[in-house]
Amino acid sequence: MAMASDAPKGGFRPSMLIYDTRYRAITIQVIVLILVLLCVSWLVHNTMVNLAAKDKDINFGFLWNRAGYDIDQQLIPYTNDSSHGRAAVVGLLNTLVVAGLACVLATVIGVFVGILRLSKNWLVGRLMTVYIEVFRNVPVLLWIFVAATILSETMPEPKDFKVTDAMIAAGQAPKAAMLFDGAVALTNRGTNIPAPLLSRPLGSLDLGLITLNFSFLAMLAVIIGSVLVHRLLLRRARAVQEATGVRPATWWKSLIVLVVPFVALLFALGFHLDYPVFKGFNFKGGINLAHSFTALLLALSLYSATYIAENVRAGVMAVSHGQTEAAFALGLRPSRTTRLIILPQALRVIVPPLISQYLSITKNTSLGIAVSYLDLRGTLGGITLNQTGRELECMLLMMLIYLIISLIISAVMNVYNSSVKLKER
Amino acid sequence: MTEPSYLRDTVLPQLPPPLVDRGIIKWIRENLFSGVLNTFLTLAGLAAVWWLLAASLPWFLHGVWDANSLGECRSIIAAEFGEGAQGACWAMLRERWHQFIFGFYPPEAYWRVGLAFVLLFVALAPVLFTEVPRLLLWGTVIYPALGYWLLWGGSIWGPVVAMAGFGLLALVFKLLRPLLGVPVAGGLGFVAAVLWWLFAQGPVAGLLAGVMPVGLVPVESDRFGGFLLSIVIGVTSIAASLPLGILLALGRRSDMFLVKTLSVAFIEFIRGVPLITMLFTASLLLQYFLPPGTSFDLILRVDILVTIFAAAYLAEVVRGGMAALPRGQYEAADALGLDYWSAERLIILPQALKISIPSIVSTFISLFKDTTLVSFVGLLDPLKGISTIVRADMAWKGVYWEPYLFVGAVFFVLCFSMSRYSMYLERKLKTDHK
Repeated sequence: MAMASDAPKGGFRPSMLIYDTRYRAITIQVIVLILVLLCVSWLVHNTMVNLAAKDKDINFGFLWNRAGYDIDQQLIPYTNDSSHGRAAVVGLLNTLVVAGLACVLATVIGVFVGILRLSKNWLVGRLMTVYIEVFRNVPVLLWIFVAATILSETMPEPKDFKVTDAMIAAGQAPKAAMLFDGAVALTNRGTNIPAPLLSRPLGSLDLGLITLNFSFLAMLAVIIGSVLVHRLLLRRARAVQEATGVRPATWWKSLIVLVVPFVALLFALGFHLDYPVFKGFNFKGGINLAHSFTALLLALSLYSATYIAENVRAGVMAVSHGQTEAAFALGLRPSRTTRLIILPQALRVIVPPLISQYLSITKNTSLGIAVSYLDLRGTLGGITLNQTGRELECMLLMMLIYLIISLIISAVMNVYNSSVKLKER
Repeated sequence: MTEPSYLRDTVLPQLPPPLVDRGIIKWIRENLFSGVLNTFLTLAGLAAVWWLLAASLPWFLHGVWDANSLGECRSIIAAEFGEGAQGACWAMLRERWHQFIFGFYPPEAYWRVGLAFVLLFVALAPVLFTEVPRLLLWGTVIYPALGYWLLWGGSIWGPVVAMAGFGLLALVFKLLRPLLGVPVAGGLGFVAAVLWWLFAQGPVAGLLAGVMPVGLVPVESDRFGGFLLSIVIGVTSIAASLPLGILLALGRRSDMFLVKTLSVAFIEFIRGVPLITMLFTASLLLQYFLPPGTSFDLILRVDILVTIFAAAYLAEVVRGGMAALPRGQYEAADALGLDYWSAERLIILPQALKISIPSIVSTFISLFKDTTLVSFVGLLDPLKGISTIVRADMAWKGVYWEPYLFVGAVFFVLCFSMSRYSMYLERKLKTDHK
């Protein structure tokens, strides 16, 4: 007679810790916990002993000491009298600005290249394939070096822009000319671009580590306010459409809400551009973008754009043609088909790898070390580390900051993924 | 009814299509000039190709192979092609190619690198291609010790005794697994191997070396450089990170809370920081975390951290493959009565790894490309380390494009062939009939 046997009764035997699946999980976890704790305490003990041997301690006080070095590119006021902490913040902002711009540029290039690679044009398709394969299969470090070399070796010297009275009299043109009607000058020492200036700024407040710039905050507030009002406007239009079936025209209202307040604020603050002008031996005025920044930006964008292009291509190809046909059968116009049927489905494929690409662009900005770009790694993990000799503190802080940035980007990705997830049973 | 004046009673032979609708003209019309936009794109593409060729072709054509310095190159080019002509100075490569490949490895021992490189393919063949006889897998197993011995030299007994530790691990595991299960047997085997390496390694190797001295001239780690260094770091971390990554992926999908939390924390931490901070950890911080007085090779330290870095990425890739498997596969394995390790080994992992092949290979490719970053901790990678050394020589000061082109071309060939191999593998393992 067959009989279903219950779990063996009777007392607990020590061997059950290994053989009984009910207890084995607990046994393994306890062993893992003990091993991890042993390992961690071993590491901490070693660190303590090593620090004691070198007569050091763990102390973040150095962040408030005078830094004593200069940073070319600074988004908040910084001098070499500022603290190491402020240098780290300046570096962090430099990391973020190059990462943000590279993400935008890489997306623009990547979308274009991805679509062109799908084009029926044989030549363009092949060219894009060559571009993608060449850039993907070579280290990004090489592209950074190449961009830096191109900028510093093939651009004209500042003195080539010089126009003397003799040259005007002889009708000669200078060897090099500025681009965009005298707004931008590419030289081998940097790129000179117009500087946005305010003649009636709102002032700023120095908080030690960072400086609050009220003009900037006001602009941010106006932009956020405009966007919120615009969303309200769209929601009202949708409500009217739901109720009456007729959608009120919103485009001119949108334009007014989005543009007018910002322009008015810029006007009130006295916004103007300061153009770079050649004086003496070099350009004065405007902003001189160092080649380290430009090279890093260009190389990262061109390299990452190839990955984004492949994502875009995969996303477009993932939407089957039947979807388009179904939309046409329902009587949707082509523009609406793209907006309502194709894009939402393609974006579900494109966006998650796109965001991981942004993550890797952000991490790759640390390669600015190759061209001495003073980002977070260059300030906190570079000069500050070398000057103060506090490797442990600087490295831990730097890793923590990178980790926080990465976790924020991952969080954005998770929010997006759960918002577009296929709703299944 | 009148007869029609003319009635065709035979079928006319088929005429060929009009000239513009066949052959190359049709192809050009359809693929290059089918519309306004397409025509514009074609012209823009042609312009781009023309511009690229006009800028670079003369430079390639004027290349000089026979000179002793950059200045000599330039004067030869100026003499042959007129003043102001630009040209490549390949003479630099002719003189310095061995540094790009071997770094400062002693020239009389180049054969060891060559042999290790050839044997690498012998060892890889049974892994990469299933047509190769299975017996060769034993070659793969002993290759790490053999390759290490060939490259670094020294007594042969060190690597042999170290491999014996792995043999001990396998033996203990094999004997104890039926009794104690995979985790416990594996753990005990690991403990036995560690004890062997800690206490038996030195004396046994010393004894054997005393009895039968067989060895090669030792080569210091700081003489490694160029592509030798990149390939050593790349191959070892690729080989070591795959098992580690699979373990981490299993840990992350485990039901055990503690194992899962630790795996997640580890993976997310490693993936959240740039590789360069890991390399700086290897060069600056590892001295704090290890017992005082321990100092081991920088290449090994970098290798360990690069392996850990790659393992975290691989773990996510493999986990993606596991998540893509239908639940039915897990349930079928359970229904067959397979235990956890058998189910993973026989049912889950083969399918999950197959799904994730493209991503695994692209992780390997990016790992290999990232080996260039080791130059920032003072190792001589081909891109920055060796190029800088070459430019430090007065004869080659100012030579930029040639080293970049050479190094880029080698990387391109290696990475491109890896991606082609992954496509081959994908096709070969495809079992559905689409």
